[in-house]
Amino acid sequence: MSEQSGLIPNHPGMPGVRWPRNDYSRVPYQLYHDPDVYRLEQERIFKGPTWSYVGLEVEIPNPGDFITTFIGETPIILSRGEDNSVYAVVNRCGHRGSIVRRENYGNAKEHICIYHRWCFALDGKLMGVPFERGLKGKGGMDKDFDKSEHGLRKLRVESFSGVLFATFSDATESLADYLGPVFQGHFTRLFAKPVRVLGYQRQRIYGNWKFYMENQRDTYHGSLLHEFQAVFGLSRVTQEGGNKMDVHHRHNLTWARSKTDDDKEFAELYKENKVHEEQLKLEDPEIIKNKREFEDGITLAICGIFPNATVHQISNSLAVRQLRMTGPGEFELYWTLFGYVDDSEEMTNHRLLQANMVGPAGLISMEDGEAIELAHKATGSDQDAYSVIEMGGHGAIPDFIDHRVNDTPCRGFWAYYSQLMGCEPEGAVR
Amino acid sequence: MNSEATMHSITNLLAEYAGLLDEDRLEEWLGLFAEEATYQVIPRENVARNLPASIILCTNKKMIRDRTVSLREANLYNLHYDRHFVSAIRVNVDGDGVYSVRANYAVYQTTIEGSSKLFSVGAYHDRVKMVGDRLLFIQKQVIVDTSSIPTLLATPL
Repeated sequence: MSEQSGLIPNHPGMPGVRWPRNDYSRVPYQLYHDPDVYRLEQERIFKGPTWSYVGLEVEIPNPGDFITTFIGETPIILSRGEDNSVYAVVNRCGHRGSIVRRENYGNAKEHICIYHRWCFALDGKLMGVPFERGLKGKGGMDKDFDKSEHGLRKLRVESFSGVLFATFSDATESLADYLGPVFQGHFTRLFAKPVRVLGYQRQRIYGNWKFYMENQRDTYHGSLLHEFQAVFGLSRVTQEGGNKMDVHHRHNLTWARSKTDDDKEFAELYKENKVHEEQLKLEDPEIIKNKREFEDGITLAICGIFPNATVHQISNSLAVRQLRMTGPGEFELYWTLFGYVDDSEEMTNHRLLQANMVGPAGLISMEDGEAIELAHKATGSDQDAYSVIEMGGHGAIPDFIDHRVNDTPCRGFWAYYSQLMGCEPEGAVR
Repeated sequence: MNSEATMHSITNLLAEYAGLLDEDRLEEWLGLFAEEATYQVIPRENVARNLPASIILCTNKKMIRDRTVSLREANLYNLHYDRHFVSAIRVNVDGDGVYSVRANYAVYQTTIEGSSKLFSVGAYHDRVKMVGDRLLFIQKQVIVDTSSIPTLLATPL
């Protein structure tokens, strides 16, 4: 920890981080690989003063409905109680620590651990312990055993426009404040009408979760890694677009507005754009057609909510992507695809067709899995080396950016991450 | 076609399907589909929950063709080889030269460094029909048990 080494003293328990710069334009590879960093992330980020996405209200519409989900790597049961309120509890028995609820979804009056049949109410209270008083006066728990101390840990839950978030910390601000005005506005826009889940996609990526959080904030890679649109003559250079962040720069909205909203314009643009003889053409371009449904004309909105979610609108494909972790080098992306209850059959079919663009086999998303694994594989062997995040400049991080040739929101992610982890560089630029 | 000859032809069609994919002959693989053919890869959990969203959905042969062109010209994915293993088939005669076919599949992937692992296991729910003197797919539905797709899904299952 000497000054010569450039090592900044950190929060107790946090391994020393050698930041080459104080504006997060250089990120040491250690942060993606160090198992101690990973353990601390679970405590300080996922169990810290943050709201993690856990599900949609529509997934548990009726009393007793539950889904099992995750916050970081911690298993969670999300249930709707008899009084219609939503409960999030840690899915780990207060007895021996087993997973209590094994199913992905269902409806139940209580949650019972199969191991010794301890029974928990939907809000996590321990209701029953078999043989608590023993059998024929023998065995059982001591008289001072207090069931109220051994329930499933209950978290705070809040809903914003039907999107459910939970937090372990009593110190976390309200969900509305956590989102801030920009993201409240975006959620209000996207969840203005009752939604309907169309299905799930899962993708298991063998890399550190933060590579994905960066990927979602890196506006620079879009047209370069995902060549589908360019190859098929759809690169729309005239599109307006940019980024919006909250004051802490922890969340990011990458957006673009297309000028091609109706079918006729689309056909003309598609024809016009085929300027090069070698350019290829889709035989059935239906899957890339945007059916205008938002007043603002925005056709691309990738909204990263710190720490575990991305909400996307890619034309008419709508989904929430949740990050579920299983270690420093592995996570699952859990995609919940949705539409609106009042969608016509035609619109539903269109959204189902546009699912081709997203997810593990997405025509403009499959590359991300490979890109993240390539980064993870090569960075573990030299953890003092660092990545460069400087597209769009260095120094102070702006809240708004009016172009898409940048990866500045990645620096925003690291700035907030470092505050929570207690590993900010000296004189940190946020 | 008598039933023994039918079983033989359908078995051959599935073997051809697997072989062409494993040999990276996507353009010839495309020739196994009728014009109206659908190709769908859907997670088993969505089928079980009666949810319609797929991982891949092509509602006609043009879309299947577009995906193969995209794989060749646009998409970047893990460098690998595929090996498809298709089980014995169960066939139902639907009439008018159409047959429903069910089979299990397993696809192993091998990296270019030579390590192999099970990539996907599931079931084919297909419909095939005679077009002229050729048996072609009019529906290829891949129900994926391995719904948590490792890394990404590019080359067809």
